[in-house]
Amino acid sequence: MPGLLEDKDRIFTNLYGLHDWTLEGAKKRGAWNGVADILAQTPEWICDQIKASGLRGRGGAGFATGLKWTFMPKQESDRPHYLVVNADESEPGACKDREILRNDPHLLIEGCLIACRAMRARTAYIYVRGEYVFERQRLTAAIQQAYDAKLIGPGNIHGWDCDIRVHHGGGAYICGDETALMESLEGKKGQPRLKPPFPAGAGIWGCPTTINNVETISVVGTILRRGAEWFAGFGTEKSTGVKLFAASGHVNKPCVVEDAVGISVKQLIEDHFGGVRGGWSNLKAVIPGGISVRMIPADQCDEAVMTYEDLQARGSGLGTGTLIVMDKDADLVKAIARAAYFYKHESCGQCTPCREGTGWMWRVMERMVTGEAEMSEIDLLLDVASQVEGHTICGLGDAAAWPIQGLFRHFRHEVEERITQYRARPGVYAGAAVAAE
Amino acid sequence: MSVRRLSPIQPDSFAFKPETLKEVKRWMANYPPGKQQSAVIPLLWLVQKQEGWVSEPAIRVVAETLGMPVIRVLENATFYTMFMLEPVGTHALVQICGTTPCQLRGAEDIIAVCKKKIGPRDHRSADGKFYWQEVECMGACSNAPMAAINDYYYEDLTPESFETLLDEFAAGKPREPGSVIGRQNAAPAGGPTTLTDPSLYDGSAAKKIKIPNLPAKEKA
Repeated sequence: MPGLLEDKDRIFTNLYGLHDWTLEGAKKRGAWNGVADILAQTPEWICDQIKASGLRGRGGAGFATGLKWTFMPKQESDRPHYLVVNADESEPGACKDREILRNDPHLLIEGCLIACRAMRARTAYIYVRGEYVFERQRLTAAIQQAYDAKLIGPGNIHGWDCDIRVHHGGGAYICGDETALMESLEGKKGQPRLKPPFPAGAGIWGCPTTINNVETISVVGTILRRGAEWFAGFGTEKSTGVKLFAASGHVNKPCVVEDAVGISVKQLIEDHFGGVRGGWSNLKAVIPGGISVRMIPADQCDEAVMTYEDLQARGSGLGTGTLIVMDKDADLVKAIARAAYFYKHESCGQCTPCREGTGWMWRVMERMVTGEAEMSEIDLLLDVASQVEGHTICGLGDAAAWPIQGLFRHFRHEVEERITQYRARPGVYAGAAVAAE
Repeated sequence: MSVRRLSPIQPDSFAFKPETLKEVKRWMANYPPGKQQSAVIPLLWLVQKQEGWVSEPAIRVVAETLGMPVIRVLENATFYTMFMLEPVGTHALVQICGTTPCQLRGAEDIIAVCKKKIGPRDHRSADGKFYWQEVECMGACSNAPMAAINDYYYEDLTPESFETLLDEFAAGKPREPGSVIGRQNAAPAGGPTTLTDPSLYDGSAAKKIKIPNLPAKEKA
C-alpha cells in the first residue's frame, strides 16, 4: 500500500476522473448520503462536530474551520448570511481544488449545503478562477443536477432552503485573499480590505460572510458521515485528517493524491510521486506548501513531516500541501527570481511596500541569477524583504518575502559564489584584452 | 502590477448578440436585486468570447447594461489580466504558464517554440492566426508544462508535441484538450496507484447509514 492511507479512508474517490462525476455516480460513491439527517441537526451540533474533527482551512492559512463558522451571527436578520467558497486556486504549485471541481463537484455542493446550515446562510457563492473554464462548466452542470433533483434550492428535500451559485474571476491571484475576493465579487477591483470589520460581521454587500476553501467545504459531508473522531484519528493533535497533496517540479511522477496529514515528506515523494528525479540523494530542496512558503533543504526533508507544526518549526509551512520539488540540477536562484516576478505581476498595487517592494525585489533577484550584483545587496534585499513582510493589508507582501528569505536562509552561499564568479570573469568590454596584457 | 492600456485602434461600436444577451440576463439574475454590478467580470468575459477581445465601446455598453460608471468597468478590464485589450489571433490565443512549477519542468522551451513559430510575445503572428503570451500560474502544476489555448488546457507538453499542437490549430483541426501524453487528468503517469479498491465503486457507500455522534435525544 503506497502512503499511509487505505483506499476505504479516502474522501475524494473520483480524484482522477475515472468514474462518473454526475449526481448519479457521486451518489453511488456515497455523496449526499445521510445529508437529510445531518441537516436536521442544529447548526451548533454541526459546528461542534467540525471543531471536534480538528479540520483546519485547506486554502493555506490553516484556521480552524469549526471555530470560523461560529463567528457568524447566531440569528438570521435582515442582513442575509453568505457562504463564499474560494475556488480561486492560483497559488503556484497548487492544483488540487481543480480536481475536486471537475471530478467530484457533488462533494463540494453537498458541503456547501451543510456549511450553509451551520452558519444559517441561504446563499452560497462559489468563486471559481476565470481560467478554469472547463471546471466551471462542470461545476455549473453539477449544480443544475442538484437543483433538478431538489437536493438544493427553494423547497428542497433536505428542508433548508439554500441557493448555490457560481461566480467567476478574471485571473488575479490576489482574489484568493478573502477580502479581495469579496471586493471582486461585488464587481470591483480585487484590492483587499482592512480588517476589522471581519467578514463574519460585514462581508459581501455588508452582510455576514464566511469564506472557505474548496477542499475544506468538500470534506465536511464525509467527516459528518463517518464521525469527527474518524477524521481526527489521522495526523497529529494539531494537524488532523486527510488531505490532498500534489507535487510538481523534479519528481518522476507528478500528480495529485490524497493521504493522511502527518505523512513524511520523504514517504510522500517516494510512494506517490515516483521519487525525486535521479534518486533521493539528488534532492536539493522542497517548497512544501505552494510557492509562498519558505523552502526546506534536502537534509531536513528526511525528517520533515507534512503537518502545520512541524513545517512551521522548520521556518516553512504546510500551506496548501502542494510540493514543489527541486533536484540538484535546478537553478534555485532562477526559480525564486521567477517567483519574485510572479508576485510583482500579481500585486494589486494598493499598499506601497508591496507595490514597490515586489518589483524591486524581482529586479534585484534577476541580477542575482547572473551574479551581477554587489555582495552588500544580499543584506539589502533581505532588509527590504523584511520591510515588505507584515507591512501590507493582506498576506501577499508576506508571501512575496518568504520565498526569497527561504532561499537565502539555506542557500546564501550559492548566490555569493555566483557574485564572486561574475566579478572574477574575464572582462568583455572593448579593450579588456589590452588591459589584461 | 502590470501596465495595461486600451488599444489605440478601437471599433466604432459594440452590441451584444442575441444569444450573448441571454447569458447576460442570466448572470445579472445571479446576484441579489440591485447588486447586478457583481456581474461585471462575467459580462466582460462574454464580450471577450463574442469579439475575441474587450474594446472601449464594449466597456461603455457593459457599464450601461449594469448601471455603473464607465470608469469602474474600465478599472476592472485593466485590473484583471484575463481580459485581452487588443485583437488576438483568429485561430488561437496561446497562453503559456511560465511560473516556477512550469519553469522547472521546461516552460522556457515551450516559450522558445512560441517565439520561433508565432513571433514576439503579446503580438499577433504575421499571418494573424496566433497570439501568444506568458501568463502566471494556471493551476495545473502537476501537469506542467502546460498551455491554455482558447481557454482549454493542454498539458504535459514537450517542445515537439507543442509544435504539432500549434500546427493542428493552424490547420483548424485542434485535438481535444487535456494531457498530450494521454495521462488520466492528474493521475500519476502510468496509471493510479491509489483508489484501486473496487468496493469504493460497487454502490456499497450509498446504502443507508446512521450518522454517528447524533445528540442523545435524537437516539431516543
